[in-house]
Amino acid sequence: MNAPEATGRFEADEVDAWFGTKQVLRKVNLLIPERRITAVIGPSGCGKSTFIRCLNRMHELVPGARITGRIRLDGENIYAPEVDPVLLRRRVGMVFQKPNPFPTMSIRDNVLSGLRLTGALDRSRAEAIAEQALRGAALWDEVKDRLGEPGIGLSGGQQQRLCIARTLAVSPEVVLMDEPCSALDPIATARIEDLLSELKARYTIVIVTHNMQQAARVSDRTAFFLTGELIEVAETDTLFTSPTDRRTEDYITGKFG
Amino acid sequence: MHPETRTRRRNERLFRLLCLGCLLLPLLMLAWLLGDLVIKALPRLHMDFLSGFPSRRAAEAGILPGMVGSLYLILLTISLAMPVGVGAAIYLEEFGRRSRAAQLIEVNIANLAGVPSIIYGLLGLEIFVRVLGLGRSLLAGAATLALLVLPVIIMATREALRTVPDSLREAAVGLGATPWQVVRQVVLPQAVPGIMTGCILAVSRAIGETAPLVVIGALTFITFLPDGVLAPFTALPIQIFNWISRPQAAFAHNAAAGIVVLMGTLLLLNATAIYLRERMERMQKGAH
Repeated sequence: MNAPEATGRFEADEVDAWFGTKQVLRKVNLLIPERRITAVIGPSGCGKSTFIRCLNRMHELVPGARITGRIRLDGENIYAPEVDPVLLRRRVGMVFQKPNPFPTMSIRDNVLSGLRLTGALDRSRAEAIAEQALRGAALWDEVKDRLGEPGIGLSGGQQQRLCIARTLAVSPEVVLMDEPCSALDPIATARIEDLLSELKARYTIVIVTHNMQQAARVSDRTAFFLTGELIEVAETDTLFTSPTDRRTEDYITGKFG
Repeated sequence: MHPETRTRRRNERLFRLLCLGCLLLPLLMLAWLLGDLVIKALPRLHMDFLSGFPSRRAAEAGILPGMVGSLYLILLTISLAMPVGVGAAIYLEEFGRRSRAAQLIEVNIANLAGVPSIIYGLLGLEIFVRVLGLGRSLLAGAATLALLVLPVIIMATREALRTVPDSLREAAVGLGATPWQVVRQVVLPQAVPGIMTGCILAVSRAIGETAPLVVIGALTFITFLPDGVLAPFTALPIQIFNWISRPQAAFAHNAAAGIVVLMGTLLLLNATAIYLRERMERMQKGAH
């Protein structure tokens, strides 16, 4: 089971999570294979965002939040006492629902912010790292002539790709995306979706989406959550064409949600 | 016209006039006060007054020690109060937000801001002048004023920290930043303009304070400039108070001139701070 190299394979084992006394995840067992795109779908409040926030240990930052169970990354329990959540988050990057570039920083500084924040930036390699990350996020051609301009001057879709570039610059194994397109227009959404299929060659990607068409378009595997439980997980084609659980079928055919 | 419309329009106009009156009344009072002051001050406002030392003869008395004393006092006060106040606010807002103790402290800080300044003077007299043995020095005065303005700085800084959106904190945490790195590199740069505003308010309050300085024993008649932080000192408000309490009419002109100097100094300090704040805001918005 132990992976010989760091590849970004997650295994969630009997994961329960709470906000205060409210249980938001119940006995979740889910394997997230490396270098593939796993979509997490389900109606609002089903625990899908909470679940991916457990993967980089950001759930526990909310006052009163709690989690039990085991989550292994490349075979190693990330909730073991000796694991430093700060170091874990450099391996498991996250892109948020609303683009959130740092408003005081230029485009270049935004891309390098992860390295600079943590003091890991090698100055002589800064330009190369910035270019590589921006190319990785398919933003380089649009911004290469104005790297010194403020990041918040970009359009919403560009800002979100800037946030993706910022995440890639830290060289994570896994990229978590929490409804990354919900604040974007259809054209910007299409660009991000195209980008995802390029990224999966190098990263494990987990994307939360409330948009079933998006899950069907971009993901290899899909997990369906309902009221804190993992109802069904399968290859995306299988899940959308022949779901085994009645509730999955009702949800993907639009009977509720 | 419908009678109801007419009544309503008349009432609208009356209300607007009333509000305008409320605006004009204090403005007129202020203009009157300033005008009266400047007229009284005019005969004494010249370079000799600014560069002179106190004298028994009103016409020869100058304000230099008071002016220099006030400047030193304010600079010292801010350098003491700002790091402590900003640090306390960061702890309360970024690290202690969920604890009951932090909430209790918050209520008490708001109360502290309303404590009469003479109480701070008594506290400063006991702690700084006597127990810590600083004597009736600039440092003791600045430390006392620093205590006085700490609540102002803490509250303004907390307010500024609160306006930084949580999404930025999350972004930094998600990139693997430690809590300190998040505060230092993401939250503080965003909050700087608000913190500066708090410091401007603090300076404005501290520069006019008289009571606590009287209590801790600022001198009213010194013919030298302070040569260090442990030197005795006087300050503009003290000097003004002293001149006002003299029976000779000529000193009233000195007091008026002193007030003009005090207000000029305050405006200058605040203008500098506002200029710095605007510049930082522009630097944040513009390219690096």
